[in-house]
Amino acid sequence: MTAIAEIMDYDEVVERFDPVLGLEVHVELSTRTKMFCGCANAFGAEPNTQVCPVCLGLPGALPVVNGKAVESAIRIGLALNCEVAEWCRFARKNYFYPDMPKNFQTSQYDEPIVHDGYLDVVLDDGETFRVEIERAHMEEDTGKSLHVGGATGRIHGAEHSLLDYNRAGVPLIEIVTKPIVGAGARAPEVARAYVTALRDLLRALDVSDVRMDQGSLRCDANVSLRPRGTEEFGTRTETKNVNSLRSVERAVRYEMQRQAAVLSSGGAIRQETRHFDESTGSTSAGRPKETSEDYRYFPEPDLVPIAPSREWVAELSTTLPELPWERRKRAQEEWKLSDEELRDLVNAGALELVAETVEAGAAPGDARSWWVAYLAQQANTRGVELADLGIAPKQVARVVELVAEGKLTNKLARQVVDGVLDGEGEPDEVVAARGLEVVSDDSALQAAIDEALAAQPDVAEKIRGGKVQAAGAIVGAVMRATKGQADAKRVRELVLAACGV
Amino acid sequence: MTSTASGGGLTGLTASELAAKLRAGEVSSVEVTQAHLDRIAAVDQDVHAFLHVDAEGALAAARKADDDRASGQAASPLAGVPLALKDVLTTTDMPTTCGSKMLEGWTPPYDATVTRRLREAGVVILGKTNMDEFAMGSSTENSAYGPTRNPWDLDRIPGGSGGGSSAALAAFEAPLAIGTDTGGSIRQPGAVTGTVGVKPTYGGVSRYGLVAFSSSLDQPGPCARTVLDAALLHEVIAGHDPMDSTSIDQPVPPVVAAAREGAAGGLAGVRVGVVREFSGDGYQPGVQRAFDAAVRQLAELGAEVVEVSCPHFDYALPAYYLIAPSECSSNLARFDAMRYGLRVGDDGTRSAEEVMSLTREAGFGPEVKRRIMIGTYALSSGYYDAYYGQAQKVRTLITRDFTAAFEQVDVLVSPTTPTTAFRIGERVDDPMAMYLADLCTIPANLAGNGAMSIPCGLSDEDGLPVGLQIMAPAMADDRLYRVGAAYEVARDAAQGGALINRVPTLEAV
Amino acid sequence: MSKISRDEVAHLAGLARLAVTEAELDTFAGQLDVILESVARVGEVAADDIPPTSHAVPVTNVFRADEVRGGLTPDQALSGAPAVEEGRFRVPRILSEEA
Ligand SMILES: [Mg+2]
Ligand SMILES: [Zn+2]
Repeated sequence: MTAIAEIMDYDEVVERFDPVLGLEVHVELSTRTKMFCGCANAFGAEPNTQVCPVCLGLPGALPVVNGKAVESAIRIGLALNCEVAEWCRFARKNYFYPDMPKNFQTSQYDEPIVHDGYLDVVLDDGETFRVEIERAHMEEDTGKSLHVGGATGRIHGAEHSLLDYNRAGVPLIEIVTKPIVGAGARAPEVARAYVTALRDLLRALDVSDVRMDQGSLRCDANVSLRPRGTEEFGTRTETKNVNSLRSVERAVRYEMQRQAAVLSSGGAIRQETRHFDESTGSTSAGRPKETSEDYRYFPEPDLVPIAPSREWVAELSTTLPELPWERRKRAQEEWKLSDEELRDLVNAGALELVAETVEAGAAPGDARSWWVAYLAQQANTRGVELADLGIAPKQVARVVELVAEGKLTNKLARQVVDGVLDGEGEPDEVVAARGLEVVSDDSALQAAIDEALAAQPDVAEKIRGGKVQAAGAIVGAVMRATKGQADAKRVRELVLAACGV
Repeated sequence: MTSTASGGGLTGLTASELAAKLRAGEVSSVEVTQAHLDRIAAVDQDVHAFLHVDAEGALAAARKADDDRASGQAASPLAGVPLALKDVLTTTDMPTTCGSKMLEGWTPPYDATVTRRLREAGVVILGKTNMDEFAMGSSTENSAYGPTRNPWDLDRIPGGSGGGSSAALAAFEAPLAIGTDTGGSIRQPGAVTGTVGVKPTYGGVSRYGLVAFSSSLDQPGPCARTVLDAALLHEVIAGHDPMDSTSIDQPVPPVVAAAREGAAGGLAGVRVGVVREFSGDGYQPGVQRAFDAAVRQLAELGAEVVEVSCPHFDYALPAYYLIAPSECSSNLARFDAMRYGLRVGDDGTRSAEEVMSLTREAGFGPEVKRRIMIGTYALSSGYYDAYYGQAQKVRTLITRDFTAAFEQVDVLVSPTTPTTAFRIGERVDDPMAMYLADLCTIPANLAGNGAMSIPCGLSDEDGLPVGLQIMAPAMADDRLYRVGAAYEVARDAAQGGALINRVPTLEAV
Repeated sequence: MSKISRDEVAHLAGLARLAVTEAELDTFAGQLDVILESVARVGEVAADDIPPTSHAVPVTNVFRADEVRGGLTPDQALSGAPAVEEGRFRVPRILSEEA
């Protein structure tokens, strides 16, 4: 029997309590190879096809650090305004788990590669909130287990498990914030905004796929409450399995409400791991650990220390891309956007897409209107991220160009876009295949107009008599006849000319 | 070579003598290999040096070596010479058990770098040698497959953990062997079997494919019956390996040249330091006397001998028995019944966690479990600083002692081990007494510098071999060979022939 | 006075995943006590200002280029497995959640 947790009304929560957050984000680097071996680091391969003695933890195998992963870690640190360690080591975090071939995780303990930085995140109303970064360190991912038998592949009730170690040893950077205080009622929003900003930053750095749905960006949310006006932190819970930006916000909000209900009824918060359930938006306690964790960290003797030279760090700092917030500022200036327009653009996840569309030749206004309106709507109905919709910025730019050239009407243009989204090829191929080009041949139109005038002699007479507004009926008939492929404005001109008006 | 002790004929020759005959076309590798396989067949049921003999694979490798030589492409100076490989290095064509039930029958899908280099050099691998389970021990009694016996006295231990390799040499079952040395597992077996064993500078020989006991201490090295043979093997296995992050990216010290130089000349101008801390109580008088005689011989060779104090060496043993178990508790965590090796108790109802615990309980012997427990304790929160952390500071102090000593002298010497080979069973129930066998060898593991054990006579009270340990600064392994080779020539001259030829004749049944 | 209790030995065995027997608990408690007492001598050395040595070779920054190297085939990878199913290592049901 699971008791349904009581939760407190959110307004009351924030009136009585002050939330303290701590966010731990694990990022899988998109290096070509794993952290400590030369196996390919690619998502979705057949089981146990990307393994070697090292990442399988075979007796005798030894790790060698992927230099590119260290470089990525330092670049992430620099972008997060962190200090880069002069000297640091890997450590072994010892615990048994079948996913983890060596039964220790090669990670960093008290000597992270980068530490003490911050990330300024922009909230929905444009306010900036500074999230302090404690550290970011390098480690390796585990394999994956498939639980067989029992209900829906869950761990509980399974009869046995099947292990695939393709993911074992994939490079991870774990980014840990300092306690986030002072967010108050906006704590859930801050949490989402932070993970969003981090995702954008990592994408701009081109160090990770940052796909929360595929697990290449994973967030654990630590939440605690303290009575308003007090200093001491309350007991925290750590919520795992938070797989989308929206879930980050929901999980934090739910934990605040749950903890407040427990505390206000005189109960105590247990320090525990909780799991977020996407379907209910609630968290549930993990299996309590019978013994307290003792990871018995010690310096990894198989790897030598890392001492990034200051020259290397300086060189890497020159490779940082324009950071997302700087990028936004520049876009706002270049495209002359209001704060609100910029925010819509950013919230739609369309900024880079628009920029690339503009780069491909479209006017900023056209590019922006396509991405935040029709395409955003399509992404929404198809349930995918805008970037994964299946149309490239240069294809959008081509559609814009066809409209500007008068070869497509806006209505036809949307059909062309639909064709591209449905996988029918490039815009020009869709136009050709679907026969969507505007009928711009005046002689072809003239025949249709003559036919329409002949079919409605009384209307024709009215137009000839100067009743210009009557032309609408003829234009409509022509548009019908040409299946909407004519430019209505041109048809109207031709109708009036034919009637001598 | 007519000694019946060696079985006579080809098995009595050194590796360099065999190599010369192979080069001259006087014998084929197949003949040499078959002679050693015959010797193994004749004596190994008494010695039990081997856990696995691959006659077919060895003969195939020998044929290849002969073919290569016939086409003028001998892979190395040791091409065609047989070798016994400690069962802690991975081999794709033979099981690798580490002397443990945990890995019974496990054939790795990859070769250790040492294995690969041996194959590339055309060295013929006869089989895998017995050892203390996961290299933990000083007697080879901790093997799950039964003890190896010392050819000098079959009731005595051949040293450990590499007792199979040392016994194979002393029983003339192989002219060359590979050992691994974490606290003395090459040198101490060498000492008690009257053979030569070298722990190279840490990082000098790749650890890739060496099943780890204590990663920061483990080091593979050559074992042989002569200094020159050890040097020849050293050059085959040493050198930078990108698969081992702790491998030193520098040229291999010129050990073969040093061995030839030492054998040809004296030791004029060489400063030798006798470690003051490694004498006195606890040292068997006959061992001490043999050692003192060896030091006098070094002086007669022209070396300048002084006494040197290394005050922190007294703390090497306790530091070692914290660091090695700590690292092993982590290194051996991977033996969990999930991916390879033994699985116990999987009855369809037990959980993975239970099966792990049952398997580890059943698959590890008492010494391995004991060390895992000590290491788990020493790394636990609350104890780390007092134990592991402090032991690593002692390590720094020992390194400083070496550095200070090597400002005064070129090499340091001591007995390799305080006593001669003890009787099988004598120390099994007394871990601390067993640990004392590594008293003198451990400092070089903690500091990482190279060290050699070379036979220096027989103890006068029991007639068993005594080892002289020579220690050199890091990456100056060539000094070991120069001093060792010079001493070897003088020793044989003074003692009327090679010590190893005084090993008793093993009666073939 | 024994420094390490039977309970502590049991706790260590749990951490180390060793299903030790009752008899072993007694044996190990005694032996660990002797060994730990002996190795505690490292504490006699005043070493407050001494840096610990974690690695025997004074080398730093050993990196590998980010280039794919051939690994094992699935058959090789699974060759030593006690049980295999669908190209994966088959293991008993896993009780605890991931740490
Ligand atoms: Mg972590
Ligand atoms: Zn791998």
